[in-house]
Amino acid sequence: MHELPQQLANGLILGAMYGLIAIGYTMVYGIVQLINFAHGEIFMVGGFGALTVFLALPSGFSLLAAIPLMIIGGVIVSVLVATAAERFAYRPLRNAPRLAPLITAIGLSLALQQAVWKWYPDAKKDRSFPQFDGAPFHVLGANIQRGDLFILIAAPVCMIALGFYVTKTRTGRGMQATAQDPDTAKLMGINTDRIIVMAFAIGAAFAAIAAVGYGLHNGQVGFRMGFIMGLKAFTAAVLGGIGNIYGAMLGGIVLGLAEALAVGYVGNIPSMELFGGGAWKDVWAFVLLIVVLLVRPQGLLGERVADRA
Amino acid sequence: MTALLEVEDLRVAYGKIEAVKGISFSVEAGQVVTLIGTNGAGKTTTLRTLSGLLEPLAGTIKFDGKPLKNVPAHKIVALGMAHSPEGRHIFPRMTIEDNLRLGAYLRDDKTGIEKDIQRAYDLFPILGERRKQAAGTLSGGEQQMLAMGRALMSQPKLLMLDEPSMGLSPIMMQKIMATITELKAQGTTILLVEQNAQAALSLADQGHVMEIGKIVLSGTGQDLLHDESVRKAYLGED
Repeated sequence: MHELPQQLANGLILGAMYGLIAIGYTMVYGIVQLINFAHGEIFMVGGFGALTVFLALPSGFSLLAAIPLMIIGGVIVSVLVATAAERFAYRPLRNAPRLAPLITAIGLSLALQQAVWKWYPDAKKDRSFPQFDGAPFHVLGANIQRGDLFILIAAPVCMIALGFYVTKTRTGRGMQATAQDPDTAKLMGINTDRIIVMAFAIGAAFAAIAAVGYGLHNGQVGFRMGFIMGLKAFTAAVLGGIGNIYGAMLGGIVLGLAEALAVGYVGNIPSMELFGGGAWKDVWAFVLLIVVLLVRPQGLLGERVADRA
Repeated sequence: MTALLEVEDLRVAYGKIEAVKGISFSVEAGQVVTLIGTNGAGKTTTLRTLSGLLEPLAGTIKFDGKPLKNVPAHKIVALGMAHSPEGRHIFPRMTIEDNLRLGAYLRDDKTGIEKDIQRAYDLFPILGERRKQAAGTLSGGEQQMLAMGRALMSQPKLLMLDEPSMGLSPIMMQKIMATITELKAQGTTILLVEQNAQAALSLADQGHVMEIGKIVLSGTGQDLLHDESVRKAYLGED
């Protein structure tokens, strides 16, 4: 019943979301070696930020015109939460044992979920997110919903902008230097505290953009949406080689495609009928992660740690 | 004339272990001053504290007339102190040219930066030949040249070199020492930390011998070179 082009399109849409969120994990890890497990919730609050802006607009405002404002709203909320988390939760623990910031991140993740659940109006159930009307586009045999065009455009634009920023601007080069050797970066005159804040902020902004794409794709946002999306994006970051921004996007796309193909085709394999369908897609995603880590522990684009000496 | 760098009763500790136990010395503009001593004497700790990577327990550091109390490392670079760290610490996955550019991170004068990159290539021609190569692929001696070139890119008033001869072949070591002599002749003020006492003392104006966190002997480079206890302890003579 499912056709290959449609599965590929679904996988690409999902993968673009994973990839954009994964950037935040990979940048923060690359610079401070912290797995920011609250990043899924940074994504989630971005979705609510965008929704809030939409609800505040006068009725009759076109969704297309609202999108840029919703992006701005989502980005502001995500960046504020992420930079506040960095400043008040993670920075005081920078020289603490690794476990301390990790536990802090998990605690922060729960706290943010509960805060939205408790204080955002009607957030105890999923809130519906605006949708584009109109028939889907037909591209190479696949149906692509109008709202999904957003993430398919936003992901490559964000990646190109980030690639330019990291290699061509002074702060971007400072970021690379800080990732490779923070103490020596300081000796170059780089304000590494500021670089760390920038890494959190960029990751948060990309997560908020992904959240707008998620809302348009699913038609709703909810306080729990960051958990599984965050976990998948983290998987994507590891899959691609944590610390590598292009690896994060590649990992996201590979993961999205693998999930979509598993959903569509595993059930057709004789004696595997039981493992097909949507219920098993998370399992296949993590199976892929395990296989890649067994064969290539550094991830698809990761460098072996020995090279870093 | 006031000194460019004045260190008074500096004490630095890692947790409870005191690595530098109250040392005082100064560096005048145009001078080459060296700290010599064995492993664990506190030389590297001293440099890392001067450049702001470590916080002192007590004591004062005055650089160019300003006390460096609670000044973060990146601002100390802006004041004119450059530190080429022990073990070179070049950025391995960046090209040689990008490493040099990072040395000029705080500068805005594009033409001046290009000129200084050229100057680094004149000083170390091998770097110019390999400018687009990843710095991690260089040999130890070449990495040391890059680390020194990179430190010079900030146009420092004071250049601090930590063990530039460490792990190098004798020929490479001579080359590095010749470069330091050349920089001295150009008027660069240098604070040199070395285990190779012979080489360091022969080009230094002032020398200080450090032993387990203290300065035990000070004098001109020539005096120390001919001091009997120094000859016995550091130059391997009976």
